[in-house]
Amino acid sequence: MFQFAYRRSPDQDRSSPPRHDVVVVGAGPVGLTLAIDLAQRGRRVLLLDDADRIGEGSRAICFSKRALEVWDRLGVAAPMLAKGVQWQVGKVFLRDEQVYRFDLLAEPGHKMPAFINLQQYYAEAFLVARAGELPGIDLRWKNKVTAVADRGGHVAVTIDTPDGPYELEASHLVACDGARSPIRAMLGAAFIGETFEDQFLIADVKMRAEFPTERWFWFDPPFHTGQSALLHKQPDDVWRIDLQLGRDADPEVERRPERVRPRIERMLGHGDFEFEWISLYRFQCRRMERFVHGRVIFAGDSAHQVSPFGARGANSGVEDAENLAWKLDLTLSGGNAAALLGSYDAERVQAADDNILNSTRATDFIAPHSEYERMLRNVALGLARGHEVGKRMVNAGRLSQPSLYASPLSTPDHDAWDAGPPPGAHLRDVPLGDGFLTDAFRAAGCRFTVLRDGAGPEVPGAAVIDAAASPLFAARYGTRPGDAYLLRPDGYVAGRFRAAAAGAIPAALHRARGAA
Amino acid sequence: MTLRTESRFADPDAAYRLLVEAHRKIDPEHGPALDAALVLLLANHIGDPAVLADAIAVAVKVVSPQRQ
Ligand SMILES: Cc1cc2nc3c(=O)[nH]c(=O)nc-3n(C[C@H](O)[C@H](O)[C@H](O)COP(=O)(O)OP(=O)(O)OC[C@H]3O[C@@H](n4cnc5c(N)ncnc54)[C@H](O)[C@@H]3O)c2cc1C
Repeated sequence: MFQFAYRRSPDQDRSSPPRHDVVVVGAGPVGLTLAIDLAQRGRRVLLLDDADRIGEGSRAICFSKRALEVWDRLGVAAPMLAKGVQWQVGKVFLRDEQVYRFDLLAEPGHKMPAFINLQQYYAEAFLVARAGELPGIDLRWKNKVTAVADRGGHVAVTIDTPDGPYELEASHLVACDGARSPIRAMLGAAFIGETFEDQFLIADVKMRAEFPTERWFWFDPPFHTGQSALLHKQPDDVWRIDLQLGRDADPEVERRPERVRPRIERMLGHGDFEFEWISLYRFQCRRMERFVHGRVIFAGDSAHQVSPFGARGANSGVEDAENLAWKLDLTLSGGNAAALLGSYDAERVQAADDNILNSTRATDFIAPHSEYERMLRNVALGLARGHEVGKRMVNAGRLSQPSLYASPLSTPDHDAWDAGPPPGAHLRDVPLGDGFLTDAFRAAGCRFTVLRDGAGPEVPGAAVIDAAASPLFAARYGTRPGDAYLLRPDGYVAGRFRAAAAGAIPAALHRARGAA
Repeated sequence: MTLRTESRFADPDAAYRLLVEAHRKIDPEHGPALDAALVLLLANHIGDPAVLADAIAVAVKVVSPQRQ
């Protein structure tokens, strides 16, 4: 458990509401990431959270390469990697027989691993520590937002504290206040989608065990007949266990330790463990219709929610934050708010749909809706024994991948490319010098960057990285000497240009900045 | 429509018979699962979601009661 302290702020004693550029509501993984990114871009950020501690329960455990790349840029990946458990193998069992195995073995030459497992509270604690190092961030615990009103030129915010309420004004307010988002309710915005009927018991247990560091998923295991189960390792000898309980289980009864213990004893074959956390969920996949509501912007679980099969919740929320940070920064410097924030909405709604699609498919495979679906699922599992056709249909969660944006900020390919990330895709890491391309991007300031194969003309308003010395760059990016990629401040490709078309880069930069 | 609905078997009766006999050999309770396994195998063999979607559209019409 990490405990933080409420401190009275001078804002609470002012005679009229003070104005802040950016107010971020919610110091979960998404709000913290956004605040740090904005502060590293030189912005002052007020970050409010209604609680004053983290660690009541873990929730997320699997963090993706993409989220780790974001956090590396923000200076927090190193402690996460040091504490986290790296893994890349997943196994799926039908009863007690292995039917499918995947290996996330990433391409060589990336700085970040495919995935780490780390308790969400550790991730949050590292982010809080980093936020504390940045003078631009004012993090106020036990500050609960109770009212939000868009006044056209600003957002009026009312906040409750142990010393009573106070008010302030925000040029932009970002609601990172979680799936139950009170701010979404204040705006009367809908949050529409599907609730799955099956209930899942999630337990974190502490034990010494010899299981390998792999994701193990069972359909119809001998220790939990007719349902599914998951076992996955976390740091500190803590193991995540998910047990499907079906539709009719009574949550009040099922979460009692005396009820959970025998189930897990059957699974582990012994009773030598302690509970860290037990919770019962009915999962949902849903999103807001749009994420930008004038000066109030939604990011993370407040904007979209997915079932956890695929580890897409926090990971996609972190991607929201990095997508929004540079656009909000540019907007505050007088950039085209409609185009920049509109592209946040367009790109992250696409990503949310992608995540909802994948999470829904996995949840439906794990918890079929009808007798027919269950039969079809079981047949696919049966085919998976020994047939490639079945193996690839077995869906116990397709793990989080960054989306490819069809973006108004992208300049479509003019030349032919047979390799490399297309416009709207994130940069692919390669070794470069003593480090990696992601290090060079960070060193160049995480701003618009021309990534070149060799020398070429300067582009005003953009940093330059020459990656020709990387042994993997030309092959991975499909470049010949003189070719260039234009990267956005979040590392996504805005456009790419053969040497002869280099003259088109300034116009692509103009477009990527949201200029009309 | 990319699904081919003209007759393609040299001996359609023999193909039909294969299905009949497959079902005679198993417990009727497992009939639907047998068909599901065949669907997954054959759909994979075709390997084209557009053909599968066409076939589904035709099949749905065949089994929906409004047709009679
Ligand atoms: C069982 C389970 C397993 C999961 N596993 C994974 C996984 O492996 N990988 C993954 O990526 N995701 C996973 N997730 C999803 C992940 O936990 C969420 O997506 C993530 O926590 C969302 O972060 P957030 O910052 O948007 O919201 P939250 O973490 O919910 O944070 C919201 C914050 O806002 C604060 N707040 C709320 N209202 C107010 C207010 N009025 N004023 C001030 N502050 C307020 C809250 O106190 C809280 O701190 C899992 C979820 C569950 C339930």
